Amino acid sequence: MNYRSETQELIMKKDTMDTPVETNETKKPKKDQEYKIITRNLDVFYGEFQALKNINMKILPYSVTALIGPSGCGKSTYLRVFNRMNDYIDDFRIEGDVIVDRKNIYTEKIEIEQLRKDVGMVFQKPNPFPKTIFENVAYGLRIQGVKDKHFINEKVESSLKQVTLWDEVKDNLKKNALALSGGQQQRLCIARTLAVEPEVILMDEPTSALDPISTGKIEELLFDLKNEYTIVIVTHNMQQAARVSDHTAFFYMGDLIEEGKTTQIFTKPSNKRTENYITGRFG
Amino acid sequence: MTSRKNRNNRLKDKIFSVWGIISTLIGLILLVIFIGDIIIEGIHRIDWDFLTGLPSRKPEIAGIFTAMMGTIWVLLLTAMISFPIGVAAGVYLEEYGKKGRLSKLLEINISNLAGVPSIIYGLLGLEIFARIMNLGSSILAGSMTLALLILPIIIVATRESIKAVPSSLKDASFALGATKWQTIYLQVLPASFGGILTGVILALSRAVGEAAPLIVVGALAYVPFAPKTPMDEFSVLPIQIFNWISRPQHGFITNAAAAIIILLVITFAMNGVAIYLRNKWQKKIKW
Ligand SMILES: Nc1ncnc2c1ncn2[C@@H]1O[C@H](COP(=O)(O)OP(=O)(O)O)[C@@H](O)[C@H]1O
Ligand SMILES: [Mg+2]
Repeated sequence: MNYRSETQELIMKKDTMDTPVETNETKKPKKDQEYKIITRNLDVFYGEFQALKNINMKILPYSVTALIGPSGCGKSTYLRVFNRMNDYIDDFRIEGDVIVDRKNIYTEKIEIEQLRKDVGMVFQKPNPFPKTIFENVAYGLRIQGVKDKHFINEKVESSLKQVTLWDEVKDNLKKNALALSGGQQQRLCIARTLAVEPEVILMDEPTSALDPISTGKIEELLFDLKNEYTIVIVTHNMQQAARVSDHTAFFYMGDLIEEGKTTQIFTKPSNKRTENYITGRFG
Repeated sequence: MTSRKNRNNRLKDKIFSVWGIISTLIGLILLVIFIGDIIIEGIHRIDWDFLTGLPSRKPEIAGIFTAMMGTIWVLLLTAMISFPIGVAAGVYLEEYGKKGRLSKLLEINISNLAGVPSIIYGLLGLEIFARIMNLGSSILAGSMTLALLILPIIIVATRESIKAVPSSLKDASFALGATKWQTIYLQVLPASFGGILTGVILALSRAVGEAAPLIVVGALAYVPFAPKTPMDEFSVLPIQIFNWISRPQHGFITNAAAAIIILLVITFAMNGVAIYLRNKWQKKIKW
């Protein structure tokens, strides 16, 4: 339908905007050190079931990488590999290398709490704590043992400003976070993540439970955040992927079918299945 | 064909619902008769003197003060002992000891323990607390015995309440770099506290009515003075009631009825608090 043309129109606009980066990147291949996250020969199993098959992918810092693909193809599983949130699943098993900031996070001695401070996560359904707005944002600092009231106050304020929530809540910081609207709750959850100063932010369909206006606000936010953070986002919405991401990876039944610059994936995908999916023919 | 089948089913439906209503009514009517009988018998006996009176051989001047103080002492101590142990065990089983055969075994046994007759706990308490630990027939020994009795209930209630905490809450905490203990302490326990407290109160309201295990441990029917320390001898309301009922004078039957009313009031009040907490908690945890 006109789904395709809309998405492609978006890409055309984007294409002209991104041109200088594109030429630069196609010229010389990057060294591994320049990537924020690298996965090599990654296999993930839930018991007997293999959810991810031999994934090789590199993610650049200060960019937005979108993971797309039909339900159940392993996007969330892949995302949760980066902050080891799958560890709580009883029969979860992983093989291969996952390197974040030049550290293999599954084999080297790393502190998992520290990893999660560096690699923050925003979930599909807004999940603020049943506490005040202030305490939600302060939580990450408090569990680190930060006592400095002045520092916490400043951090809460700056984090809320970053997600453009400050003006809406500054007079109600003591209000329960559950009283906020869905869109506000999700921005609060992002602020809560920012407060612990992560380097990577993982987002698992962060707008799928939100109305279009709230979705727009969060998409706008991504443009600002990518200047300071590395963002990996799972999305079901092709237009969203086209709008917000620099790179796109298409997953299908546990395989990474294709990845590359968003402009390229959406205009001239090299795999038929990618094309079928982004044009809405299945999924 | 189908319509006859339908009619048949509808008839069965009717029979079932009528049967259900009758059964419920029988239960209710019996309860009303029982409570009504007791109230008629004993309500006029309840006054300040009865509540503050010491035991006596004359029914008209005998009061329940020592037994009531004993019940309060036992209740408080039982709560103080069973609450931390039960909650800790529940948290451990639900959050830490999930895997492995040992925890499965523990789990089944804990469920079974809830069905063990209370007099068995009494024997255990007599041997371990009263004799081996040399606590004698003290309030402490009695309370520890009752704590043992209600531990399974508290553990199960704790586990159920913890299970009801949405996993998204834990995810959020872990994703911010919280340790397991921080997540349990700062998120899981506060979110499940209403449910845990409800379970604890319901368990205590069971303990308050127990006479058998305390008799085995050595609680007395006649204690001249209200207990002052956990090491004192004691009586409790159910034992006092039991004792009065077995006396020949009618005056003591009246006293027993009056004491039963007091015991019922205590139990209903505790259940009321439990229901209130549960409702309040359910309202708070709507996402
Ligand atoms: N905890 C789990 N245990 C077993 N299988 C799981 C579990 N989580 C996900 N899966 C399976 O792994 C596959 C990928 O799931 P997921 O990563 O959630 O997909 P997506 O996010 O792309 O929809 C699905 O087939 C799903 O059924
Ligand atoms: Mg998913």
